[in-house]
Amino acid sequence: MRGDAVFPAVTFLAALAIIALMLLIVYQMTIVALPSLERFGAGFLTGTTWDAVTEEFGALPAIFGTIVTSLLALLIAVPLSIGAAIFLTELAPSPVGNVVSFLVELLAAIPSVVYGIWGLFVLVPLVRDPLQRVLGDYLGFLPLFQGPRFGVGVLSAGIILAIMILPLVTATTRDIIRMVPSTQKEAMLALGATKWETIWRAVLPYGRSGIVGAIILGLGRALGETMAVTMVIGNAFKISPSLFAPGQTMASQIASEFAEATSDLYISALIEIGLVLLGISLLVNIMARLLVWRATRGVGGRLKT
Amino acid sequence: MTNTRKRIFIGILLLPLLAAILVAFACSSGSPSGTLPGVTTSGQTTTPSGARINLTGAGATFPYPLYSKMFSEYSKISNVDVNYQSIGSGGGIRQITEKTVDFGASDGIMTDAQSAAAPAKLLHIPMTSGAVAVVYNLPGLSTGLKLTADILADIYLKKLTKWNDSRITALNPGVNIPANDIAVVHRSDGSGTTFIFTNYLSKVSQEWKDKVGNATSVKWPGDIGGQGNEGVAGQVKQIAGAIGYVELAYATQNNIPFASLKNKSGNFVAPSIEATTATAQGVELPDDMKVMLTDSANPAAYPISGFTWILAYQVQTDQVKGKALVDLLWWSIHDGQKYGPPLLYASLSADAVKKTEALIKSITYQGQPLLDR
Repeated sequence: MRGDAVFPAVTFLAALAIIALMLLIVYQMTIVALPSLERFGAGFLTGTTWDAVTEEFGALPAIFGTIVTSLLALLIAVPLSIGAAIFLTELAPSPVGNVVSFLVELLAAIPSVVYGIWGLFVLVPLVRDPLQRVLGDYLGFLPLFQGPRFGVGVLSAGIILAIMILPLVTATTRDIIRMVPSTQKEAMLALGATKWETIWRAVLPYGRSGIVGAIILGLGRALGETMAVTMVIGNAFKISPSLFAPGQTMASQIASEFAEATSDLYISALIEIGLVLLGISLLVNIMARLLVWRATRGVGGRLKT
Repeated sequence: MTNTRKRIFIGILLLPLLAAILVAFACSSGSPSGTLPGVTTSGQTTTPSGARINLTGAGATFPYPLYSKMFSEYSKISNVDVNYQSIGSGGGIRQITEKTVDFGASDGIMTDAQSAAAPAKLLHIPMTSGAVAVVYNLPGLSTGLKLTADILADIYLKKLTKWNDSRITALNPGVNIPANDIAVVHRSDGSGTTFIFTNYLSKVSQEWKDKVGNATSVKWPGDIGGQGNEGVAGQVKQIAGAIGYVELAYATQNNIPFASLKNKSGNFVAPSIEATTATAQGVELPDDMKVMLTDSANPAAYPISGFTWILAYQVQTDQVKGKALVDLLWWSIHDGQKYGPPLLYASLSADAVKKTEALIKSITYQGQPLLDR
């Protein structure tokens, strides 16, 4: 039939359009970033000075801030998300599960600037006291918890990011766990396993690759999140070992300075930060693919990824 | 599937492709010309009475509340509607350079490089001036803190880190200043407010000028960056011992204590509308009005304040719009000024208005001045 020839061609074009858009974005960004690329070269990635007056730009503190806040967010959000997802699918009575599921999805629908304002006026004071006070008083011997307790800083940014990726990771993990065939669980229970053993030995290993995927989705969102982070991170272009210190992320740097960036080199440097962010996101995705591939190798009942 | 439905389905699949082609086209063909809906080419010769003229402007966020009020009042008494987008001074300069808007707006003076990039001469028409208040949070001290330029510069350079430093206490005898550490808060986003503030610090402190400099966003030695006026105000309100700077209107509306500063004549002056208007009387105003008003010699002047400008081409290329623009500017520096003070923007001083009148009169279309008065 004629349709059978046309249809694949059309879908192929649609797929091509996405690739073309992506290439176009990279091309356009590279063109604008060219002056900065030529001027600073690889030093852009290792430089720690960001000075619009002398036009000296290095992005390391922003790269550092992005990675630290995102990892902190994962550290907080992943155990919570997996716990919540297991509860929702395996343990909660149906009405409770439905209500909680609904609330989780509601969280995902809140715009990020609302998280930012909430973070600035509610979360940050709570982080300053009691969180930073307790951490500083009892664990202050660690460099992680030293320095002035402003409230705003890397710690607050990590927490707000954790809250923001929680719904995404929870909802995705929940769907993954739901996909585990009940025969798997029933077989486990028939062997005399407890509920805990069933979840730990049958459900989670079966869904492993999917759960890793869910975490990576969360990481992707954390890396690129802009507004909420900008409002609570304290926006200091510095690298500090302390989680209390104000920092900066790549996305918040661009959001803060783009509107008033006047010189060409300045804009160029900001666009180059965007390119670096794109590159890091790409790396994370490739790593995720590799992880999922390794995790699924040899595991029975693998999920299509 | 019937043939019609199949075609519709294929059509839907083709949509993203079409979108991609359009984007590609837009990228390669550059920005479209400044012609706007509502003004057709026929409008260039005759404007029927009652037809509305649209002017678009873009730029500084600092005067946005005032512009928004003035332009909406002006549209009631004229046939001109102004669409002003507060995208930031940098964006305003870029857009007027590209001629995608009818006028730009900026809190800073265009640099030589920026002026060179513009296709023709851009005039800086001052509209109003604003003050930047130095706000603080000291437990038990809600008013009356005095600071000097040296102390303010050293605080922002992180050389002076305790509130009860002898230099501060000596300046404020009888005031009980607590021993808090000073948490220095600045704007993290590039802004005209930062430009005025760092311009002041560069004028009064050689060390600031050498180490940090004057720009819409600088390399801050200090501690915390807040996003926007609300971000800085939020941090200052929350952290005991914090110091920051915000627009005067923002400090007043939010009841944040602000400091009096010692001006060039040696008087301690608190920021106010009158003290801001006064700044223009202690500074030599050049004919092109490209001047920063900071550190004025007027005894009544508050030292951290500055003009905000509308940027317009001296030679207009569209008679109808050019005429509408000069009339709007003329109205803004006269009748429009009364909308400033309620919003805590300082009116232009008499000298400033006079010099600005001359600037507006110099705007021409095909060699003829556009203003008919």
